[in-house]
Amino acid sequence: MLAKRIIPCLDIKDGRTVKGINFVDLKDAGDPVELAKAYAEQGADELVFLDITATHEKRKPLLDMVAKVAQVLNIPFTVGGGISSCDDVDQILKAGADKIAINSSAIRNPELITELANRFGSQCVVLAVDARETEKDWEVYLNGGRIPTGIKLYDWLLEAERRGAGEILFTSMNHDGTKNGFANKALAKISQMINIPLIASGGAGCMKDFADTFTEGKADAALAASVFHYKEIEIPELKQFLRENNIPVRL
Amino acid sequence: MNNQNIVIIDYDAGNVQSVKYALERIGISAELSDDVDKITKADKVIFPGVGEAAWAMKMLQKNGLDELIPQLKQPVLGICLGMQLMCESSEESHTKGLGIFPVKTLKFPAENKVPHMGWNQIKELKGELLNSITTESFVYFVHSYFVPVNEYTVAETNYIRNFSASLQRDNFYACQFHPEKSGDIGQEILSNFVKL
Repeated sequence: MLAKRIIPCLDIKDGRTVKGINFVDLKDAGDPVELAKAYAEQGADELVFLDITATHEKRKPLLDMVAKVAQVLNIPFTVGGGISSCDDVDQILKAGADKIAINSSAIRNPELITELANRFGSQCVVLAVDARETEKDWEVYLNGGRIPTGIKLYDWLLEAERRGAGEILFTSMNHDGTKNGFANKALAKISQMINIPLIASGGAGCMKDFADTFTEGKADAALAASVFHYKEIEIPELKQFLRENNIPVRL
Repeated sequence: MNNQNIVIIDYDAGNVQSVKYALERIGISAELSDDVDKITKADKVIFPGVGEAAWAMKMLQKNGLDELIPQLKQPVLGICLGMQLMCESSEESHTKGLGIFPVKTLKFPAENKVPHMGWNQIKELKGELLNSITTESFVYFVHSYFVPVNEYTVAETNYIRNFSASLQRDNFYACQFHPEKSGDIGQEILSNFVKL
């Protein structure tokens, strides 16, 4: 049976992990390679690295990091953040990443999705989207959720799928950081609307939130950062909990 | 086994580097190459592949690798698209394959999400590549086309249909899943291949 995936997300700046992380066994908690290995050993199914380096000249540290992670990691990983061209993607995939995630650049230039899918295959193109629910509808935001676009979420996801995105990573800005659970109503609607895998993001606070997003939200995978980084939730326990709740997981 | 000459066929179809890294993690160095002579002389050959079938076949034809691969006598391991190209044909762009496995690669019907992406279980395990692996172990898949169960199937997985997770015929081995991305189980499968 296809397992539901648990995906820790690591923020990267200048090739280093950003958040204050308290892994006791790590020599260097800022080293993405050490952290990636630790997560893989705990049973993470995939990892996402989100590059938040502001400037474009800082690309080399990221590529070096991707190559080092690829050498040690025996599970798949995705790299996102600031990717805006086929050349960016080519470099990151050649360095050893399995998938790339695009967000703002795809909104500015939807043709980018088509180009990437044709050149590298849909399987490596993750369309990440940040959206906020207003009174009427869900609206897509740019630049890490700072700039509203006026684009309706569901229209955008259907277009992304039609253009060849292989997977959707949906972050609800209403839920992100609240620790009150994922946006399960919207997730369930998206999951039934599209025919590609859906990763839920934003709102994880406890183990039940994960169970709910797989059952009520019909998500294929769930992504979280702080609950894993600060060890509020341990992946082996989380997976055991999910299995006890009849959710298929890889143990 | 460490001084074997293992060649990973590098034909510009996907992330071949990750196969090389996976072998390094089990202490094996391998060479990436598209050179007919090097591939012919290798002790073992790995034939990976990610991407689109027709385009990948074209890349193989450019160097005559489409003629070479079916003639190889040493153990050959096809991975993902590599396995699908080893079959007779693929529904993807109606592509003619290498014909090593006399079976057609089909598109998943849209009864569930496609691609089949993530960790799924392998069962009905047979043969040297998989006989050390526990049934229902999880391995990592990403694919939109599948090879039906046939007389050369040595592992099965269920998603929409029961399909071939692994094939074997004589010296030709193949995995639909990615052993290089399948955690400890994947590394054990690669070790088994190296030990053949």
